[in-house]
Amino acid sequence: MKIRRALFIASPWITTLSFFLLWEAGCRLFNVPSFVLPAPSAALEALIQYWPGIWVNALQTFLTTLVGFVIAVVFGVALGVAVGASAVLYRALNPLLIGFNSIPKVAVVPILVLWFGIGTVPAIITAFLVAFFPISVNVATGIATMEPELEDVMRSLGASRLDILYRVGLPRSLPYFFASLKIAITLAFVGAVISETVASNQGIGYLMLSASSTFRVPLVFAALLVIAAMGICMYAVAAWFERRHTKWTIRSTEHSRFAVGG
Amino acid sequence: MTEPVAPPESIAVPPAFVSVENASLYYGADSDVLALQDTSFSIARGEFVAVVGPSGCGKSTLLKLISGLSLPTAGRVIVDGQEVRKPLKNIGMAFQNPALLPWRTTIDNLLLPLQVVRPHRHEFGRKRRQYVDHARALLAKVGLEGVDDRFPWQLSGGMQQRVSLCRSLIHDPQILLLDEPFGALDAFTREELWDTLQALWEEQKFTVLLVTHDLTEAVYLADKVLVMSRRPGRVTYSAKIDLPRPRNEDTRFTPAFVEHVRDLRRHIGHARSTP
Ligand SMILES: Nc1ncnc2c1ncn2[C@@H]1O[C@H](COP(=O)(O)OP(=O)(O)OP(=O)(O)O)[C@@H](O)[C@H]1O
Ligand SMILES: [Mg+2]
Repeated sequence: MKIRRALFIASPWITTLSFFLLWEAGCRLFNVPSFVLPAPSAALEALIQYWPGIWVNALQTFLTTLVGFVIAVVFGVALGVAVGASAVLYRALNPLLIGFNSIPKVAVVPILVLWFGIGTVPAIITAFLVAFFPISVNVATGIATMEPELEDVMRSLGASRLDILYRVGLPRSLPYFFASLKIAITLAFVGAVISETVASNQGIGYLMLSASSTFRVPLVFAALLVIAAMGICMYAVAAWFERRHTKWTIRSTEHSRFAVGG
Repeated sequence: MTEPVAPPESIAVPPAFVSVENASLYYGADSDVLALQDTSFSIARGEFVAVVGPSGCGKSTLLKLISGLSLPTAGRVIVDGQEVRKPLKNIGMAFQNPALLPWRTTIDNLLLPLQVVRPHRHEFGRKRRQYVDHARALLAKVGLEGVDDRFPWQLSGGMQQRVSLCRSLIHDPQILLLDEPFGALDAFTREELWDTLQALWEEQKFTVLLVTHDLTEAVYLADKVLVMSRRPGRVTYSAKIDLPRPRNEDTRFTPAFVEHVRDLRRHIGHARSTP
């Protein structure tokens, strides 16, 4: 029993480690040239060699993501509350929102460049654009799925719509909100990196692109590893934040863990 | 408009506190579902009235009418001498689903109405201690002690329903509206809660309208049982239950009790077979 439990806890480490070992073994066994697929050891070597350049760019991407994410949270919550609390707004905005969300955000980057030039601003805006939607949808869902009985109880106590929103709607939407943060932060990061690869001269996305155009493939993979690691870290922070702030959802069954992706 | 005709025995009947007069209500986008048709009845102050009827006949709709959450398409509802034109502001409600707030402890769930209802909402900050004591006393009356700081998901279904019942009473509501509050409980818990509710009512004599599908429950608790026909619903029969109080388990096996249940069953059968 004890061993199974230990295995359970260690399982993410075991799978990750096995993944890299297999990758390494594959590359060596079949003598894959490093300009096609570098072994993880080669990527690691590149990571160490180019570290000064990598971390500056990684920091740039991180800050870009963070700014875009914060704007997305503010805007996303405001929109989500408005749409969740008002059936009229929901109906009025629904087609626009769905249409907007269907547009691949990569397609928007060139327009942003046209407006703001190459650099950090388009990356921030892209991060914001991809991240606010899941936040809005989740907050709105949390508010709008209030049990009708509760609404009746509140209204027959003389509660105004604002009272109901404040006492029931908002607290009830919190777990949805926190769940959406995990998705939103990852999306913001992806948005920032994409925008950097298309239209920037700094950031990890740009680094990756310039490395691949000069065939420094191990560096490309080093950048990919950094991106993956950063993604995991941001997700983990958001998940920790979620656990800390909404203890009650872990047990109350029906409404929780239904974060809607964007 | 003509005055509603007073029933002949009106001298003996106390003045109506709630009175529903020829109320009809349509539902649906095109108002094409007739849920209630030309329904009339009245409830005296402090009276315990139960409503039974086939599923979908408009019992919940009736509660919405009385609370003002829905307004009748025709006819009117009068509470305490005033026609109901918007949601009343001091009603207690409990449903089959306890609908507690999962992020609030038992005590904080009980305090919710006091944070909302006037005048308490304006005194909440000042009188919090007093309100907490009041909530504790109420919890003790329904047999819930030592669960003040537990969250709803840490309580059993029966306990949650007790809390829900307390929440519907904590602010001393004008009217208590109960929509199958015991419907989801096992038989023993249900019977226990009947006695809890009866004791609370004996003590505070609030005005209650209880919707139920359990005839035994209706006869056991109510002063008067209304039978509704199937949709479009209307009150087709009213039975006065004059069994002595407080009623207890033995009451349920007396011939008078059994006769009441049988009588209601006959009328329900009738209500189900004729439109
Ligand atoms: N919001 C609504 N829109 C349209 N029709 C409705 C609505 N609410 C109820 N109805 C219809 O009105 C009728 C009465 O509904 P109501 O909920 O009052 O029945 P009920 O007697 O409480 O039923 P049950 O015993 O199953 O709870 C039903 O036929 C139902 O389909
Ligand atoms: Mg009902």
